[in-house]
Amino acid sequence: MLDGRGAVKRRAGARLWLSGLWLAIVALAAVFAPLIAPHDPLMQDLLYGRLPPFWMAGAEPGYLLGTDSLGRDVLSRLIHGARIALIVALVAGIGTCLIGSTLGLIAGYYRGWADRIISRLVDIWMAFPPILFAILLIAVIGTGLTSVIVAIVVIDWTRFCRVVRAETLNQSQMDYVHSARIAGFTRMKTMLSEILPNVLPTIVALLSLEMGIAVIVEAILSFVNLSISTDQPTWGGMIAEGRLSIHQAWWVLVFPLITLFLTVLSFAQFGEGLKDRFDPVLR
Amino acid sequence: MTDALYRIEGLRVEVADQTRKPLFGAAPRLRILDDISFSIERRSVLGIVGGSGSGKTTLGRTLVRLVEPTAGTLIFDGQDVTQLSDDAMRPLRQRIQLIFQDPMSALNPRLTIGRIIAAPLRAKTSDPRVAAALDNVGLPRGFAGRYPHELSGGQRQRVGIARAIALRPDFIVADEIVSGLDVSSQAQVLTLLANLVKDLGLTLAFISHDLSVIRRLCDRVIVLQKGKIVEDQPVADLFTSPSHEYTRQLLNSIPEPDPSQRW
Ligand SMILES: Nc1ncnc2c1ncn2[C@@H]1O[C@H](COP(=O)(O)OP(=O)(O)OP(=O)(O)O)[C@@H](O)[C@H]1O
Ligand SMILES: [Mg+2]
Repeated sequence: MLDGRGAVKRRAGARLWLSGLWLAIVALAAVFAPLIAPHDPLMQDLLYGRLPPFWMAGAEPGYLLGTDSLGRDVLSRLIHGARIALIVALVAGIGTCLIGSTLGLIAGYYRGWADRIISRLVDIWMAFPPILFAILLIAVIGTGLTSVIVAIVVIDWTRFCRVVRAETLNQSQMDYVHSARIAGFTRMKTMLSEILPNVLPTIVALLSLEMGIAVIVEAILSFVNLSISTDQPTWGGMIAEGRLSIHQAWWVLVFPLITLFLTVLSFAQFGEGLKDRFDPVLR
Repeated sequence: MTDALYRIEGLRVEVADQTRKPLFGAAPRLRILDDISFSIERRSVLGIVGGSGSGKTTLGRTLVRLVEPTAGTLIFDGQDVTQLSDDAMRPLRQRIQLIFQDPMSALNPRLTIGRIIAAPLRAKTSDPRVAAALDNVGLPRGFAGRYPHELSGGQRQRVGIARAIALRPDFIVADEIVSGLDVSSQAQVLTLLANLVKDLGLTLAFISHDLSVIRRLCDRVIVLQKGKIVEDQPVADLFTSPSHEYTRQLLNSIPEPDPSQRW
C-alpha cells in the first residue's frame, strides 16, 4: 500500500526557535517596557536631537540607537512601540481568526444556503482594496486603538474564511467524516470533534501569519497618521517621522523598519514552524 | 416470506454528472444503480460481487444511508428507512455499520486508534470494549495509543473492522475489506467475520471482487454489472450453475490450483 509516511521530512526546528526567540524578546519588551526602556519615550530634548547610534562618531553614551529630531531616544520608543504592536497583533489576530474560521467551517461543512451566503459575502468583501477600506473605515469610526483593531478584523476575516472553508471542504470528502455520520454523531459534533482537529494546524499557521499582517496594517495606519494618537510611540509612526529626516538621521527610519520586518517575518515563520513541529500527521 | 433483516426493492441511485453539466441548467443524471431488488436473511452473509465500477461501493453506502436513493424502498427490520432524516435515522445508526474500502481515509488522522474505536461507543479510550475490539481483530492493545499513519494498510483495515464490531451492530456492510491484506491476514479476518456471524448473530453484506473469498464466507451471492443485478443465487448454485454470461466470465477468471499444470 502506497502512502505518504516518511515522504515528508521533518524540517530542522531552527526557524521555529529563531522566530520564537525574536517574538519572545518583543513580548518581554512590551510587557516590561517601563522597566527596561533607558529613557522616557516621549521626553524631548532638543540639545540631544539627531544623535547617531552608538558606533558612530558623535554618539552620546546612554542613547544606544540614537535619537530623533526632537531628541527622543529611538531604543526607548521602539520598546514602547512593541506594546501597541503586540496588542494589535493579539486582539486583531484572534478576532479575525475566530470570526473567519467559524464562518469558514460552517460554509465548508454545512454547504447549502449558509455556504452560498458566506461565499458571496467573501467575494464582495474581497473586491474592496483592503488598505483603502481600512482608511475609509477609520475615517468614519474615528482613530484610536479600538478602531484599528476593528478595522483589521472587519477587513481580514475573509482570509481565514476562504482558507478554512477550502480545507473543510477537503476534509468533508474524507470517509472518516462519513464514518462519524454512520456512528450517529450530530453534524455539530462531527464538525467540532472530527473536522476541526484536522483544520486546526492550518488555522494556527494562519493565525500567526495574521498577527504579522495586523502589525503591518497598524504600522501603515500609523504611517498615514490614522492609528493611535501621536504621543503614543508606534513603529509605523516612527517610520513616518524618520522618513522626513532620512538624509540627516537615517537611523530614525531604519531601526523601526528592521524591527517591523523581523517581527512580521517571525510571526509567519513561527506559525509554519509550529505546524511542522506539532502536527502528528507530518511528524 | 422468510425472515429477512433487510429488504431492498427497486432501488435506483443517480448522481448529477458534473462533467457534462451544460453552462445553464441542471447537470444530466448519471445512473449508477438501477432496479436493484434483493433481501438479506437474518444471520446470513450476502456476497456482493462485480467488476470495478459496477456500483458495489455505491450499493453498500446506500444500504447504510450515506447515499440518497433516487427511487426504491429500503426496509430494515420491518421499518421503512428510505426517507428517514438524519435525526430519525440516528437511533438505527448503531445497528447498521459500514467498514470502508479505503482504510486511510476512513480513520481520522488526528485521533488515536483508541479514540477512533471509542468515539462511536460514546466511551472513553479506557473502556474495556475498546481493548476487546482490538483483541477481536488481532491487534495489540498498545495500538490504542497510536495514530493511523503509524499503522500499515492491513492494520488500519483491522481498526476499521474493530470500530464497526465494537458497536455490536445487527448488520455490517464490509466493502472489500480483505483486498489490502496478505493471504494469512485475509484468512484470519475471514475466520473472525465468520465467527462473529455465528456468535453474535450478525448479518453481513460482504462486498468483494474475489469469488474465492466469497465462496468461503457467503450464503448467497448477487452479481452486479454496470449497476444492475445479473445474478442472485445461493453460493453453491452460483459456482455449479451460473446463469449469466458475466458470472461465467468471473468464475473462469478465478485462478484454480491445477496440480497437473507443467511449469
Ligand atoms: N459521486 C459520483 N459522481 C459520479 N460518478 C460516480 C460517483 N460515485 C460513483 N460514481 C460512478 O459510479 C460507478 C460505480 O462506482 P462504485 O464506487 O460503486 O464502484 P465499485 O463497484 O465499488 O468499484 P471498485 O471495485 O473499483 O471499488 C463508477 O463508474 C463511478 O465512477
Ligand atoms: Mg468500491
